[in-house]
Amino acid sequence: MSWTKKDLLGLEYLTPEEIELILNTAESFKEVSTREIKKVPALRGKTAVNLFYEPSTRTRVSFEVAAKRLSADVINIATETSSVKKGETLIDTGKNIQALKADIIIMRHNYSGAANMLARALEISVINAGDGWHEHPTQALLDIFTLKEKFGKIKGLNVAIVGDIAHSRVARSNIWGLTKLGAKVTLCAPEMLLPVGIELTGAKTSSDIDEVLKNADAVNVLRMQFERDEGAAFPEQLDYYKKFGITEERLVKAKKGIVVMHPGPINRGIEMSSGVADGVNSVILEQVTNGIAVRMAVLFLVSQAKEARQ
Amino acid sequence: MSILIKNGRVIDPVNKIDAQMDILIEQHKISRVAKQINFSADTLIDATNKIVAPGIVDMHVHLREPGREDKETVGSATAAAAKGGVTTVLAMPNTYPAMDCAEHIELLQGIINKTAVVNVFICGTITKNRQGQELSDILVLKKIGAVAISDDGCSVDSAELMFEAFKKAKQAGILIICHSEDKNLSGNGVINLGFNSTRLGLRGISNESEYKRVSRDIELAERSGSPVHIAHVSCRESVDIIAAAKHKGIQVTCETAPHYFSLTEEDIVDYDTNMKVNPPLRTKNDLVAIKAGLKNMVIDAIASDHAPHTENEKDIEFDRAEFGKIGLESGLAISIMELIDKKILNWSELVEKLAVNPAKILGIDKGTLSVGAPADIMIVDANKEFVLDKKSIASKSKNSPFIGKIVKGSVEYTICNGKIVYQNKSSPCSAMDSALASGANGTGSTPVRGINKSLC
Repeated sequence: MSWTKKDLLGLEYLTPEEIELILNTAESFKEVSTREIKKVPALRGKTAVNLFYEPSTRTRVSFEVAAKRLSADVINIATETSSVKKGETLIDTGKNIQALKADIIIMRHNYSGAANMLARALEISVINAGDGWHEHPTQALLDIFTLKEKFGKIKGLNVAIVGDIAHSRVARSNIWGLTKLGAKVTLCAPEMLLPVGIELTGAKTSSDIDEVLKNADAVNVLRMQFERDEGAAFPEQLDYYKKFGITEERLVKAKKGIVVMHPGPINRGIEMSSGVADGVNSVILEQVTNGIAVRMAVLFLVSQAKEARQ
Repeated sequence: MSILIKNGRVIDPVNKIDAQMDILIEQHKISRVAKQINFSADTLIDATNKIVAPGIVDMHVHLREPGREDKETVGSATAAAAKGGVTTVLAMPNTYPAMDCAEHIELLQGIINKTAVVNVFICGTITKNRQGQELSDILVLKKIGAVAISDDGCSVDSAELMFEAFKKAKQAGILIICHSEDKNLSGNGVINLGFNSTRLGLRGISNESEYKRVSRDIELAERSGSPVHIAHVSCRESVDIIAAAKHKGIQVTCETAPHYFSLTEEDIVDYDTNMKVNPPLRTKNDLVAIKAGLKNMVIDAIASDHAPHTENEKDIEFDRAEFGKIGLESGLAISIMELIDKKILNWSELVEKLAVNPAKILGIDKGTLSVGAPADIMIVDANKEFVLDKKSIASKSKNSPFIGKIVKGSVEYTICNGKIVYQNKSSPCSAMDSALASGANGTGSTPVRGINKSLC
């Protein structure tokens, strides 16, 4: 099959075949980063713009590295220094970037749906690098890519996602992607951090982390954003660590060979212990490496898109 | 100036009429309603196969003037009303300045007298500047001509102050219309709390934030002995609470809006900000309850909650976009499609919800085709489909989720106080119409402006 979408907005909008195509494309791009000269000309002459409305280092740098390894020119726009501060609307900003004849906008935004809106308004490609609580598709794709490398397949895997599901775009994208590919997803969190109706995605829910770890082939540990001030109920840090923190003691009782993932940056001693983060089960740094390959695949595919979205 | 409407299916619930009849209008009033009227009128309208009914009384309209003329004006909103078969609107008071004193109401009345195309009644505020802190002078508002008071857009959070308001309203003989929402519960929510808010990653608004306040408002009304009207009912629990209150004999009436019986949260597929309304689009379960409430008379009225916003205020991130949609020009068609075609209501019942009951609730002399009544009439081709084209929208704002959709039920004529204020130009002009074509409005579907002065 060939890729037809000009944008990547979320995994909810993709078919299993499209997700597989990204993963397979990423597999062939992964080798590029192992070369002496880590560059291919696939996107030579193309311009990718990193448009970040939220502070981000790892995702932005990962996209920048990916685009550069494909020979694209990369421009970074940080909103603190742009006309956004002067009150320009998102669509106007996007149209200006389009008028510069850029080819791809990679956007991080604090509002859910911002990428969908921008993609509708523009002819050029929009890649969602995280929008509000909605989706963070490339993070989920690199998580799934890492799992596929470890286990050879996704179908039938038991994957646990632990932490603040309610406010997590990483969780949502992982749920869509994993369930579409036939994995069984269990969400483990305090009741107050499970969003309404989440089980309608096909994921199961639990508040017993030890029970969940017994059956999980992999556990994806979300970052607890205690700095978030929503005015809503939020668990106390130490209490959370006691009940849901991933520790060496917990892993002893977990399924043998369990793979531990984290989208980063880690709060050591809050959602997982340092020993686990640096331990044999952890694939956290492999995720970072795989992020380059997956983002190269996404950049390449959207720039090949034949069919403009509306 | 006389108008004779021939051969239409006349629906006049007040007089229990649903039959083919002729109507003669003379001196701005209905002068005869009979099987066969032979009269040499100045204008003859052939209404064969059309519905002829009292013009809609829309008791929930945001005119935006004074203060937000970029969104809508009295002129543009009433033109939109005329196009939608609406001959009377109740202007919500959340303008700048708010309708909280005699001076502000006189200012609006002056604008209405100059520019309104249909009848406009004014709703005052419950509290000064709708702040929920200090009551407006309710007796003065009544005296100057307000027919109801509401802090629409906000609820008065203090139960004590709201109780005082009900007591004052009773004393003044004015109706309180409640925007029932507990903002401590709805918070920063933007759509219904449910799977769809989870899916889209948007903050949810629970049914609880509405029905708990409906409960409180009804209880305060009951204690004060004042009637109360609940605006824009959207959820099942509210319908149940109002049903129970009515059963108990409490003087409570309520309205819903067409979007609550035609759309659900599931229709917000891709962050369409024109679907962002308050209260939010609810679930299918709620929609079914709203339809049942309309059928079993718990819900008295249908009102548009016409809420114009500019594209600048809608074409932005969902969280930042304003709440509200326009509805004057789509309300009738949506009601026909959802309620008549789906056999929830018959025509007489629909006209009761659209015209008769709102007039009754507001205590105004509208919603009937009785001889001697002001000639406010809509003539509707109920089977005619049309595309709700953005370019055709008379309202200054275009924020409708129905734009581009094929809808059914086309307003062919709107007559207000005996004058044709709207005629659908895309309809074939009958030969009998020649007098009209060369006279009052031969050129288009644009409503005729400035010929009608408000009565209030």
